[in-house]
Amino acid sequence: MKPSFDILIVGIGGQGTVLASNVLGEACIIEHRTVRSAETHGMAQRGGSVESHIRIGGEFGSLIVPGTADLLIAFDLLEALRYRHYLPTGGKLVVNRHLVVPTSVYQQDLAVPDEESILAALADLDVTCIDAAGLAEEAGSILSQNIVMLGAASGVIPLRPDTLEEAVRRCVPQKTIEVNVRAFHLGREAGEQGAGAP
Amino acid sequence: MAVRYLLGNEGIAHACLEANIDFASGYPGTPSSEVIDVLRVQGERPFTVEWSTNEKVAFENALGAAWCGLRALCTMKHVGLNVAADPLMTSAYTGVTGGFVILSADDPFAHSSQNEQDTRRYAHFARLPCLDPASVQEAHDMMRDAFALSEEFSLPVIFRPTTRICHSKGDVDLGEIGTEHRTAAFHRNPKQYVVIPAHTRVLHKILNEKQPALKERLVELGYNRHTIRGKTAVVASGAAAAYVREVLGADVSLAVIGAYPIDDEWLRAFVDRHEKVLVIEELDPVVEEVVRQVATKTEVLGKMTGTVPFEGEFTPATVAAAMREAGIASTMAFPAAAPVPGVPPRPPILCAGCMHRPTFYAMRKVFRDGIFPSDIGCYTLGLQLGAVDTTICMGASITVGSGIARSGEERPVISTIGDSTFLHTGIPGLLNAVYNGADMVVVILDNRITAMTGHQPNPNTGMTATGVESIPISLEAICRSCGVSWVETVDPYDLPVLLDTLRRAKERKGVRVIIAKQPCVITARRSGIRRKAYEVDPERCTGCGACRSFGCPAIAFAGKNATITELCAGCGVCADICPSGAIGREGRQ
Repeated sequence: MKPSFDILIVGIGGQGTVLASNVLGEACIIEHRTVRSAETHGMAQRGGSVESHIRIGGEFGSLIVPGTADLLIAFDLLEALRYRHYLPTGGKLVVNRHLVVPTSVYQQDLAVPDEESILAALADLDVTCIDAAGLAEEAGSILSQNIVMLGAASGVIPLRPDTLEEAVRRCVPQKTIEVNVRAFHLGREAGEQGAGAP
Repeated sequence: MAVRYLLGNEGIAHACLEANIDFASGYPGTPSSEVIDVLRVQGERPFTVEWSTNEKVAFENALGAAWCGLRALCTMKHVGLNVAADPLMTSAYTGVTGGFVILSADDPFAHSSQNEQDTRRYAHFARLPCLDPASVQEAHDMMRDAFALSEEFSLPVIFRPTTRICHSKGDVDLGEIGTEHRTAAFHRNPKQYVVIPAHTRVLHKILNEKQPALKERLVELGYNRHTIRGKTAVVASGAAAAYVREVLGADVSLAVIGAYPIDDEWLRAFVDRHEKVLVIEELDPVVEEVVRQVATKTEVLGKMTGTVPFEGEFTPATVAAAMREAGIASTMAFPAAAPVPGVPPRPPILCAGCMHRPTFYAMRKVFRDGIFPSDIGCYTLGLQLGAVDTTICMGASITVGSGIARSGEERPVISTIGDSTFLHTGIPGLLNAVYNGADMVVVILDNRITAMTGHQPNPNTGMTATGVESIPISLEAICRSCGVSWVETVDPYDLPVLLDTLRRAKERKGVRVIIAKQPCVITARRSGIRRKAYEVDPERCTGCGACRSFGCPAIAFAGKNATITELCAGCGVCADICPSGAIGREGRQ
């Protein structure tokens, strides 16, 4: 029995996966819990597929082994598919209903992936699908999608909601605190409703 | 002081502040860069911090400071230590006065590197102590104490974190930032600092005589430690030790190696008490070789028996598999979990609006049969555009290119090198190419910054590491003083001029240099430069696919027809490429 609650956050370089992971780490500090996490830096950040591992209560290494994650948060549908093997059968996925087609698809003339077929390929998981862009705009900035996603997943994360909200306040730029706190709450409501599960 | 959630490199940087550091230098390189990046912007402890022009330069600057009695740090990635290997080897002979720590970050799996070399080999080669932390907290604690260790033995100390230490985060217990500062004073001592043969022979003996006490001290300090629990044992080092602890059964002994050289007697006593020992370490079998040397009757398993992989990065699953293979119980069995096949890849890609893309595009247009040696930087991603034929190490684009040109290969050679890489080790190669009469084109990709590693300033940026305005340098004047007579500077966003410049270069002989100059699109955006986005007029788009070959991530396709997404940075080059004139600035119609 592993002692940690293991979350994998995946997306595309530039979508703010690292900030989302920082909020979780900061929340662990507030609750005096140990935490380990791993990030993508360097060249791989340039528009490529990125992953952040966060192990709440972790005491050993920072890496999560495929098949053992407790939660997968995906900022892009295709990235959800790419990393779904980190979840066990029927595992919990919170995914943004958003798809950026990789330039490689056009360059190499591959089949263009589409939303419906990806969602079908994820259907055996416990999926919560979120319109992060819409909720972020409602919160006041399209840039708050990462915090919307975090809010949407927060119901299954073993950290108190008020702790997470405080961590959001500590981690985001001063000028954007109110927008991001709104984004967190809108995401949380949407997550609780299981919004738009396919 | 406080527990904070920090990146390994942030914890390491804070430890330097706690240890009363007075001098830090480095050259950026993933995964090491954030250490200097933290030190250069922190305002809590004033001291000298610099980004140097290359790792050898950084090393020798820090060595000079340590010879003046200061506590000094120099940082680099593992391959940077190759560049600094010359002073490294002999600094072990001369030793130091102030504590001197060399941080050389290894990158198992080569996440962002050209090889998987193991810095611990350099430590052995130079006979220097090497610290190999297993966690972010240990990295902090080891770095805090490394300066004192250096002073105790008057030796430089190598500090070797790996990617999963540098770029992992965790709760780190920090100490107070030191407030003591030393006054630099160089005391003339030719027998130590002037390594003529008569002096160096003596110094070599002194270095060797330090080894036994050093080995014992690393055990005393608790860096090398063990717990005896049964008849089988695992010996592990670095990040792999954390993975072992995660899965190790309660009846298996464990020795953790956190520092080198390893005390042979201490290790023999441990190994001798077991029937079977499995050695688990990433990269080279450095620990395993010592275990094999000291083992008398114990069965030793590891890389050399095929039980543990030689290459790549480990996970708890790798470790559990090796333990199963060795017949050692692990507490966790990991499920076989393979990725879904056929998911389209999403590799890193040059940004929308990156100045390198039009440069590569134009090179391929003008030099259809060209050979394209390239270098280390974001622009290595030009591979995807068919404009990178070789990459081996920093500065090698010009030298490999002139070698190809002078070997008798008749096709034109066009080398590409970034501004920081050119200043790092490109200049001697350019000088050599001119001196020896090579026929080649060198394109300096001048984006004004060291972009790939996180936008560190270099002498071409006009600003030092600490934000002080620096004396402007001229790449053009450097090239001319190397003897290049044909040097042209061009804006790569201006595709017709860029193409024309390349065509004119093609007609000439000798070494021709083109400086393609435009700020990195990321730094430009951060500094407030906004360009209006472009759009496709669907009426005029014929679906010809000319823009597809440009490979910009802001260009998407609905069927055959192009569209431009919100990623557009407004460079406008695609508008010059489109043969139907279908692409224009937003709101043009």
